[in-house]
Amino acid sequence: MGAEKKLKMQLQCPMPKLDFDIITLGHGSGGLLTNRLLDSGVFDLLKNELLDERHDGAIFDIEAGRMAFSTDSYVISPIFFPGGNIGELAVNGTVNDLAMCGAQARYLSLSFILEEGLTMQEFWEVLVGIKYAAENAGVKIVTGDTKVVERGKGDKIFINTSGVGMLHPRADIRKSRVQVGDKILISGPIATHGIAILSVRQGLDFETSIVSDSTNLNHTVISLLDVFGPDIHLLHDPTRGGVATVLNELARDTRLGIDLEERAIPVLEEVAGACELLGLDPLYVANEGVFITIVAAEAAESVLEVLRADPNGASAAIIGTVKEEHPRQVLLHSKIGGKRVVNMPVGEQLPRIC
Amino acid sequence: MKYLSEYRDAELVAQYMEEIHRTATRPWTIMEVCGGQTHSLVKNGLLQMLPDKVRMVHGPGCPVCVTPLYQIDKAVYLAEHEGVILCSYGDMLRVPGSKHSLLESKAAGADVRILYSPLEAVKIAQENPGKEVVFFAVGFETTAPANALSVLHAQRAGVQNYSILTSHVLVPPAMEAVMNDDESNIQGFLAAGHVCSIMGIDEYYPLAEQFQTPIVVTGFEPVDLAQGILMVVRQLEKGEHKLENQYSRVVRPDGNLEARKVLEQVFETSDREWRGIGNIPMSGYELRPAFSAFDANIKFKVNIEKVPESAECIAGQVLKGIKKPQECPQFGKKCKPQSPLGAPMVSSEGACAAYYHFSQVIEEIEA
Repeated sequence: MGAEKKLKMQLQCPMPKLDFDIITLGHGSGGLLTNRLLDSGVFDLLKNELLDERHDGAIFDIEAGRMAFSTDSYVISPIFFPGGNIGELAVNGTVNDLAMCGAQARYLSLSFILEEGLTMQEFWEVLVGIKYAAENAGVKIVTGDTKVVERGKGDKIFINTSGVGMLHPRADIRKSRVQVGDKILISGPIATHGIAILSVRQGLDFETSIVSDSTNLNHTVISLLDVFGPDIHLLHDPTRGGVATVLNELARDTRLGIDLEERAIPVLEEVAGACELLGLDPLYVANEGVFITIVAAEAAESVLEVLRADPNGASAAIIGTVKEEHPRQVLLHSKIGGKRVVNMPVGEQLPRIC
Repeated sequence: MKYLSEYRDAELVAQYMEEIHRTATRPWTIMEVCGGQTHSLVKNGLLQMLPDKVRMVHGPGCPVCVTPLYQIDKAVYLAEHEGVILCSYGDMLRVPGSKHSLLESKAAGADVRILYSPLEAVKIAQENPGKEVVFFAVGFETTAPANALSVLHAQRAGVQNYSILTSHVLVPPAMEAVMNDDESNIQGFLAAGHVCSIMGIDEYYPLAEQFQTPIVVTGFEPVDLAQGILMVVRQLEKGEHKLENQYSRVVRPDGNLEARKVLEQVFETSDREWRGIGNIPMSGYELRPAFSAFDANIKFKVNIEKVPESAECIAGQVLKGIKKPQECPQFGKKCKPQSPLGAPMVSSEGACAAYYHFSQVIEEIEA
């Protein structure tokens, strides 16, 4: 989140006056303190008719059709980073997981595990992030939970969101639809989010203007499905483990080969520079706000055109092809004309010595 | 990045490769000394572009790979010591010690932190006066100046809760050890460009002379490597054995005088054990006695027994270029990055890991 955007959000949503300024164990007890937190105006941010029922769960109607259901937990550190905070991430993450199924997210659940001592100011900022992310994605938060753990037993705030969404009527997104000849597209520059987070991690602070590209992708995906329907064979957001991991999983599961063109893979110059410095391979760095789509060869150029006209896809590119050769392997054609296998990472990428 | 992209020019690389194909008339074996060069050769797919006649073997220049097992054990011991914050470069964390790795210690509750600079560790020491901060000072002549500087900073600032566990190694004695090995068949060297940017190139003249071997100080980008290999091949074909500097845009003949001054002030050379290779005389740095207050070995009276290496790991032969990673019977089978038998499978600069991750050899194994 840029400083300007953050300021605007805070001005529009000033924190209500409270008679407590940190979260204590009692706020998760379910008793009086919990109610005081709920009634304090803090949760008014997320107001909607279903949440206002304050029942054990949300009850709603759905239209006929197919649904998608997804869940994800967010444990990121630090919780505030250049370009966003854990709250926005928690909404966008689940909205995007549903989008990758070809669905428009409708309703989300929101669960907090708060660490005793979290300041209300921090909690408020996270909630404001959630509010805006939900509004932008067109999704409602309809049920939730708040627990508090002792200091030292958590890391400020953990969030889980689950969501349900309606499948786009023309969506048919399955790994088994990926076939030889399909083109692999990426919607934007890779590794931006991971590097933005690293730039503010303790011990690794380096000055950079890189901000996370965390955003919702559902509108972009839905507009692609409107136009191309079943020509979109697969959608995937390469979050943890990056592009290399997602494509390796795909090659393994489909028993097909994948060819990548290093030259075509968009990476922001400052991100590439930071990766260079830190000894990281951008292919393995986490992404937000970027998705991979695998499309029928004959539709690829038109998909690219539509994607590039979308604000989330300005630097979209065709980065590879699904092959019959070298099954279960991802092969990269390097910028200088060489070839190498892109493997599954073992664990977290650890920065190199020199 | 502009400064870099010129050295990643596909056309230039292709031209150098063509020239190498034209120039090489006989088979030659060349060692790239530095792990960073190995990584770049494999990552960029340069090895497949070379003619069969030019065989690259991968040298001992990977600090993670040559750090002996008992040094890892020492770091683990210190990490698990009450009140210690152990700071390390990232890729040392996964290297298995005789019992476990630093990563496993961290998971079990030890305060282990990944840093990019030892100066950061001094800062952590200042912020945590009640704790002891130890920096695991691993690396070649490239990382040594920053580690030396951290000791000087700590001394100047009166920081008493900072110390380093020194495991520094030096390139020229290792090249000498490689050449002195009876099984070695190295005919030319790409010397490590970054090491020379600190130390200069004077140390390499006697090596080229003594072993009648061409040595070309080489950079790390594809164009650098292709040009460096061509320079070695040209010398070999002409029967020459000169020291040449391909990386002159970075490497000055006398290196970085400021850095050398700091090294000279803080460290002295000493015998050093190399993982897989054994003891090499005068091949490492120790803190000078004047800085013993910053020596973690002395401060914590570390006394760790040496344990034998895995008998199945042929790291020594790989590090000396006698065997290629895939010639190891355990490569990709019992020994993988997720369960390494030896250090070269751990670091991304280790020859075995580089091969495992990037090369097509894997196809033959898993097929």
